[in-house]
Amino acid sequence: MNIHSSKRSLEILSNLLEERTGQTLSSERYWRIQTSLQSIMKEYNIPDIDSLVSEILSNMNRSLETDCLEAILNNESCFFRDQASFALLTGPVLDAIKANKEKEKNIRIWSSACSFGQESISLAIALSENSQKWSGWNIDILSTDVSNHAISRAKKGRYNHFEVQRGLPIGLLVKYFKQVDQDWQIDQKILDMIHYRNYNLVNNDIFVGKFDLILCRNMLMYLSEDNKIKAFQNIEKALYPNAYLMMGSAETIGEYSNKLEPCQDFRGFYKRNLM
Amino acid sequence: MRSCLIVDDSKVIRKVARHILETMDFEVYEAGDGQEALNSCLEFKHDVILLDWNMPIMSGMDFLKKYRQSNSNNDAKVIFCTTENGIGHIQAAISAGADEYVMKPFDRTTLESKLQIVGCS
Repeated sequence: MNIHSSKRSLEILSNLLEERTGQTLSSERYWRIQTSLQSIMKEYNIPDIDSLVSEILSNMNRSLETDCLEAILNNESCFFRDQASFALLTGPVLDAIKANKEKEKNIRIWSSACSFGQESISLAIALSENSQKWSGWNIDILSTDVSNHAISRAKKGRYNHFEVQRGLPIGLLVKYFKQVDQDWQIDQKILDMIHYRNYNLVNNDIFVGKFDLILCRNMLMYLSEDNKIKAFQNIEKALYPNAYLMMGSAETIGEYSNKLEPCQDFRGFYKRNLM
Repeated sequence: MRSCLIVDDSKVIRKVARHILETMDFEVYEAGDGQEALNSCLEFKHDVILLDWNMPIMSGMDFLKKYRQSNSNNDAKVIFCTTENGIGHIQAAISAGADEYVMKPFDRTTLESKLQIVGCS
């Protein structure tokens, strides 16, 4: 397929992505636009990216714009991503939260860029594996993503052959998933532990509530400087005092927040201070 | 250097798996069936065994049972790597002592992920 594209067309798509989702795509990553839009161009019978941009700008086809932006968003994820950090999360970090909440026996967790839901499912499975420890506790997991397509897939809890082979131990696959044709379907009890909604982390107008733990891994790198500030404002606002933020193992908070302090004992975790 | 024995009657699969494993700094050995694999295990101590199910002479399942029952040198991590993707086969493999299970077709990321799960990445 001819995927001819002028630099201007790629800039227009990149700007549109930032306007609608808050995510930026530097010119070094423009290749991503070309590769991710090939199937859309085939579906809509559009010969090249210049023509596709013309059609989007003519405003004739709103679903084309949505489909393109959804395709460009990076939905890369896997189960139990970053084993060592995940073990910290489901071990000592949750234990510390549990100790703080013994009276209420109520914990709220937010997976803020959940993609197809693997992160929240991994968390729900880890909690189920320790069901005795969490007996009598109410643990609410909220999963959000800027992509409607991602949320709609996450809600289904159905994963393909390759997805279930990314990070998920085989014993847990057999225990918590059912084979459906070529795919694997997560147990409804696990899915029922999670609430899903479409939400843009850089949107300061909507408040999703207060949490004891927010997971925001490998997403902030896609935001512009201004949007990173907005995202951190939202995260700060949504964390209870002494609550935790989990970031990707290669990410740091930099100068974006003075209300979040790195946890000395838990690498990759930050604690909301009392400011 | 960690060592991995690839047991598969397909030369193509052995070649693909060897390529991935060598780029991960594994020392790679090959066997075309379960009997050859048992012989290799008598001679060398492997850290991981990547094991096909259906092979001539001795199947992967028969190899696994004999290997786990042997008196010594029987503790390599065994990862089944097979087109037998049904849940019954997976459960049988786990019961027989497999540590992980790769459903074919597989790619580099799948293999890397499974090696990480068994602590051999």
